[in-house]
Formats: sequence, structure tokens, C-alpha cells
Amino acid sequence: MPASLDLCDIRKSFGSTEIIKGVSLTIAPGEFIVFVGPSGCGKSTLLRMIAGLEDITSGQLRFDDVVVNDWDPARRRIGMVFQSYALYPHMSVEQNIGFGLKLAKKSKAEIMVRVDQALSVLQLTPLRHHKPSQLSGGQRQRVAIGRAIVRNPNVFLFDEPLSNLDAALRGQMRMEIGKLHQHLKNTVIYVTHDQVEAMTLADRIVVFEGGVIRQVGTPVELYDHPANRFVAGFIGTPTMGFLSGRVAATAQGEGVALDAAGGQAITLPGDLRRVAHGAALTLGLRPEHCVVCPPDQTMLSGTVVMLERLGAETFAFIDLPATPAPVAVRLDGGERSLVAGQRTGLRFDIERAHIFDADGNSISSSAS
Amino acid sequence: MRPSQHSSLPLRLALYALMVLLAVVFMFPFLFMLVSSLKSNDAIFADVSSWRALLPVGPLTGANYANAFLRGNIGHYLANSVLITVVSVGLGLVVNSLAAFALARLEWRGKQVALTLLVILLVVPFEAISVPLMLLVAKLPGIGFGGDGVHVVRSWLDTLYVQVLPFVANAFSIYLFHQFFRDIPKDFDDAAYVDGATPLQVYIHIIVPSSRPVFATVTILQALTMWNQYLWPLIAVPGEGARPLMVGMQQFFAARQTAWGEVMAYATLSTVPVLIAFVVFQRWFVRSVIGSGVKG
Ligand SMILES: Nc1ncnc2c1ncn2[C@@H]1O[C@H](COP(=O)(O)OP(=O)(O)OP(=O)(O)O)[C@@H](O)[C@H]1O
Ligand SMILES: [Mg+2]
Repeated sequence: MPASLDLCDIRKSFGSTEIIKGVSLTIAPGEFIVFVGPSGCGKSTLLRMIAGLEDITSGQLRFDDVVVNDWDPARRRIGMVFQSYALYPHMSVEQNIGFGLKLAKKSKAEIMVRVDQALSVLQLTPLRHHKPSQLSGGQRQRVAIGRAIVRNPNVFLFDEPLSNLDAALRGQMRMEIGKLHQHLKNTVIYVTHDQVEAMTLADRIVVFEGGVIRQVGTPVELYDHPANRFVAGFIGTPTMGFLSGRVAATAQGEGVALDAAGGQAITLPGDLRRVAHGAALTLGLRPEHCVVCPPDQTMLSGTVVMLERLGAETFAFIDLPATPAPVAVRLDGGERSLVAGQRTGLRFDIERAHIFDADGNSISSSAS
Repeated sequence: MRPSQHSSLPLRLALYALMVLLAVVFMFPFLFMLVSSLKSNDAIFADVSSWRALLPVGPLTGANYANAFLRGNIGHYLANSVLITVVSVGLGLVVNSLAAFALARLEWRGKQVALTLLVILLVVPFEAISVPLMLLVAKLPGIGFGGDGVHVVRSWLDTLYVQVLPFVANAFSIYLFHQFFRDIPKDFDDAAYVDGATPLQVYIHIIVPSSRPVFATVTILQALTMWNQYLWPLIAVPGEGARPLMVGMQQFFAARQTAWGEVMAYATLSTVPVLIAFVVFQRWFVRSVIGSGVKG
């Protein structure tokens, strides 16, 4: 049975350093949750705490409303897939998959039936007598998944399971994991660095930074309505472009004076009364909401530093004055003649720009 | 070592010559022992300063070997040594690898202190503790298995187990195991815990099967040490009943004139089991020495 999970103000310290700084999250049965965040933000640590491999310093972890803080991993009935796969090197594929059942003292016949079933779901039957060292990366990955599913766990934990595979295989395994989840309907927590994995697999994505949750939401919610500048910059490839400025009066009312435009102001839609006059603001621009134009038709102009041609689409990265990172623009149709080093103008759709205050929190009318 | 196929002929010849020379140097005492064990005392002294000392020439005899058994009681000592070696190595493998497992793979308070103590123990030579240890075991009550059945004895002296128990736990063995276990990825343990294993099951099913080379290394080093024990039995085993092989040799020196032929026969019989074991386990031995070298 898929379990529901409740994390209540979970904290973790190693010695005197706090790594997980109060995480609260509710996960519905059968939900596919993806953890993302920069390296070292504590994703693996939190996953290991859920697995029972790491003590919980404070807070409560509940499975189906039962507190499991002190349960050992086996009792929690989780299946875990490690980044390194951690297949037992001296055991064959079927022994690896059946090890947990053997420890649980299941009968030989039952072990055989369940191992056979896992082998056939994962198309590993012809490899059952092989040792892990005789398998390819993708096959090892499947054995690791087989070991996790054979005990029919309440919760599946994946820690960057595909990061050791090449791009093609990663795409294929991603699809298989998605299909497996649709088939088994277990609760899944999946840690990844890969945007595509996160966006395609997740029911909800949890974005971490420095041991705290920055935002939880469906992939589309996070993309369209990032709650803060960190999430806005973290989700989406190429990353959102950021323009700094301050609140200023314009002819039409309230607006923002952009540093990149030498202080020229642009009118903002919506209500900015919450923000003090003169306060710092940041505009966030998705590449698909910007267009290039001749430099004399706009107040923003800069140099093309790089073109990223991906076949189906092309992105131009434009270096603007007083802007720390180049702003990405998705080119469609006409402007394909653009070359690196060229001067160009940039316009954007102010209605779709994200607006962040000095603390990085979203104040766009479009933010939920 | 084999001279590389690519080196020039003179270089290869020189390397082979060097290896032959080394082999001769190492073989010399062994050959002398073997040959002398087949000669009478007079013949040994007659041949000692010529090449004949290394060749089985002249009147040969098996009497020395017969005497090693009849006069020297070697069968009894041999049995004692085999028993002492097998039991102490067997117990040592279990005890030391479990201790190393706790030190390398489990988290517990005081672990760092225990590790430091272990390293300190590494540098204490046995000679330094042999006398206090003797004073201790002399006063420990033990169990005797004499003619009148099992009974309590007043001291551990003159027993077989006084030659085993002090050597079961061994700092160097723990250290070797620890070094090896430390390098096995922790993910294996975690995967096994998730699969429902207890720490002891992790040790049995994951750590031990992945550590054959270090078990071989420790077996060989510990077996050689136990087989060659001399100082401790000399101190702690004055009687004949529990006397081991190496100490047993001294009886030939006690007489007015040393019977060198019998000494050599005795020495040959003490060496042969080691040699057989070495040949049988040669593959393991070489690999484990290399393995432990790589592991540092
Ligand atoms: N056993 C430990 N003792 C001390 N510090 C630890 C321990 N385990 C992890 N840490 C620290 O906790 C922090 C978070 O580590 P964690 O492995 O959870 O990061 P992560 O988000 O999984 O990173 P990555 O994306 O690189 O895998 C790191 O700074 C790490 O140094
Ligand atoms: Mg990690």
C-alpha cells in the first residue's frame, strides 16, 4: 500500500552545524515528489532521514499518521535506490533482488515467485545469474530498482538514480521509472539535479536551498509562478534573466527605473503600493517572453555573447549594462541571422515579467 | 617479477643472473638443513667446509628422522603446535574482524578513543608485556583436563590455552581489517539495512564476503606468528605436556654433544608444514600481500 508521509519541522545537525533547518511537508499516498536544490543543500540527508539511515535530530516523521522517528529502516518498509546502485558485488542479480526477502525469512518458493516477477517486470530474466560487474550501467540501475520493488515497499526513495548514465539511457530509464510508477502507484521521493527529470516525472517539486524548502508546487506552478527569485532562477533552462532597478514614478503611474537602461523607467502593470518609492526591485524575464529588435527601437541594448542552437530552438544570451548575468532570449523565425558579438536591442513583455522585492520574494500580480 | 620482453638481451641476462643469485642465497640454509638431516653427525662435520655440505652424497640415513620421533617426541609437539595455531587463528579471525567491523562501520561513543588505543597498542612489542603477562597467568585459576577428568587448576602455566588466549585479540590484525573495511563503500551497508539486515547480518552477508584478501593476509601472518612462538612458551610452559614444536627442539642441545643431524631433521619437520601451506596458498598469499600493500 502506498503510504502518506508527514514531515513536521524536521531538523538535522551534524555536531554543531545544522544541515536541515526545519522542513515541513505533507505527501499524499501515491504521489511522485521530486527534491531539487543546489549541491550540499541537504537533499540526500533528508532522504536518508526518511529512510531511517540517519537519526532525526528534532521534529516528527509520520507514515500514515504513525510516528516512525525511532523505527529502523526495515520496519519503515521503504525501497531505496542509491546513486552508486550499491549492488552487492558477490551476489548474482537474483540474489541481490532476493536478499531482503531472505532476511525476512520468506519461504524459498515465495522468494522465487516474487524475484521472478520483479525480474520480468524489469526485463532482467536472461541476466538473473550474472554478477553486477558483468552488467551495463542501465542494467545495474534496473537491478537496483528491482531490489527496491521486490519487497513491495510503502515508499520508494531514489537518490539521483540516473546521474551515472549517459544522456540517451537516462531518457529511456526516466520513461521506465515513470511507467513503473503509473503501474505500481507507490509513493515516490526522487532526488535529482536534472531539470528534465524533475519537470517530467514530478507530481510536485520541492525546491531546497540551504536546508530549507523554498517552494513546493507542481512543475507548471513553479515555472509560471515562482515564489521567490531563488526558485525562479533554479527552475527553467536557460535560466530566467534578471534586471535590477528601483521603484520610480512614470508618466502613467508607478514603474521601475532599470539600471540596465541607464535609469530609464518602465511602467509596471498591477499594484505596487506595497513597495516603497525608491525601493530596489528585480525583474525576472523568461527567455520566451523576450524578443530581440534593432537597438534603436528599445531602451535596452547590449551585445550578443553567445548563441545556443539546439535544433528546434535557438537561444541568444545578451550582455546588458549593469546586469550580472547575460539575459537569455528565445529566438523565433527571423532573427536567426544574429551572430555573437553583434549589438542588439531587447524588448520584453512587461505583463509576463516576474517582479521580486529586495528580499527576493515575488510581488508579481501573477504570483500565486 | 619477470624481465620485460622489451628490454635488451644483456639486461635480461643480468636480471636473471641476479634472480638466480638471490634464489641461491635464500635456498642455501634450507638446502643445508635438508641435506644434513640425512647425514650422521660425523658426516656433517666432515662435509661442512666443502660443496658436499649442500648435496646428498656419502652415506645417507633416515635414523635422524626416526630419532626425532622416538627420542624427540616431535609427534606430540607437532600436534600441540597445530592445535594452538589453528584455534588461535580461527578465534582471532572472528574476534579481530568483528572488532574492526565495529570500529570501521558502526557509530558509537568512544570510538575515536578506542582507535587511538589500538594504534598505541600497535607499537608495544610483546617482549615488553611478556613478564607482567606471565605474572598474571601464573596466578589465574584455570581448568585442567588431567587424568582425573576436568578439574580446577591454580594457574594457567603449562596449559595449551595459555598459548592461545593472549594471542587471539591482536592489534595488528584489527588494524589490517580496519583498513580494509574502511574502504568498502558505506552504501552497501545502507542498502542492506534498508533490506532489513541487522549489523551482524551486514557483517556476515556483506563485509565478510567482500573481504577475502584481508582474511587471507591475517590468516597467514597470524599462523606464521603462532607457529613460530618461542619466547612465550619458554616462559609460560615449563613442562612437556603442552610444549610446542619450536621449544621442543631445545632438548637436542641439552645433551653433552649436540646431535646436529637430529636437530636438522627436527627443523625440517617443523618447516615442511609451513612450506606445504605456502605452496597450497601461494596464489592467495602473493595476492593478499599485494592487496594489503595497495590498501596502505
Ligand atoms: N555524516 C555527515 N557528517 C557531517 N556532515 C555531513 C554528513 N553528511 C552530510 N553532511 C553535510 O550535510 C550537507 C548536505 O549534504 P547532502 O549530501 O544532504 O547534500 P545534497 O543536497 O544531497 O547534495 P548533492 O546534490 O551534492 O548530493 C553537506 O554540507 C555535507 O557536508
Ligand atoms: Mg546528494
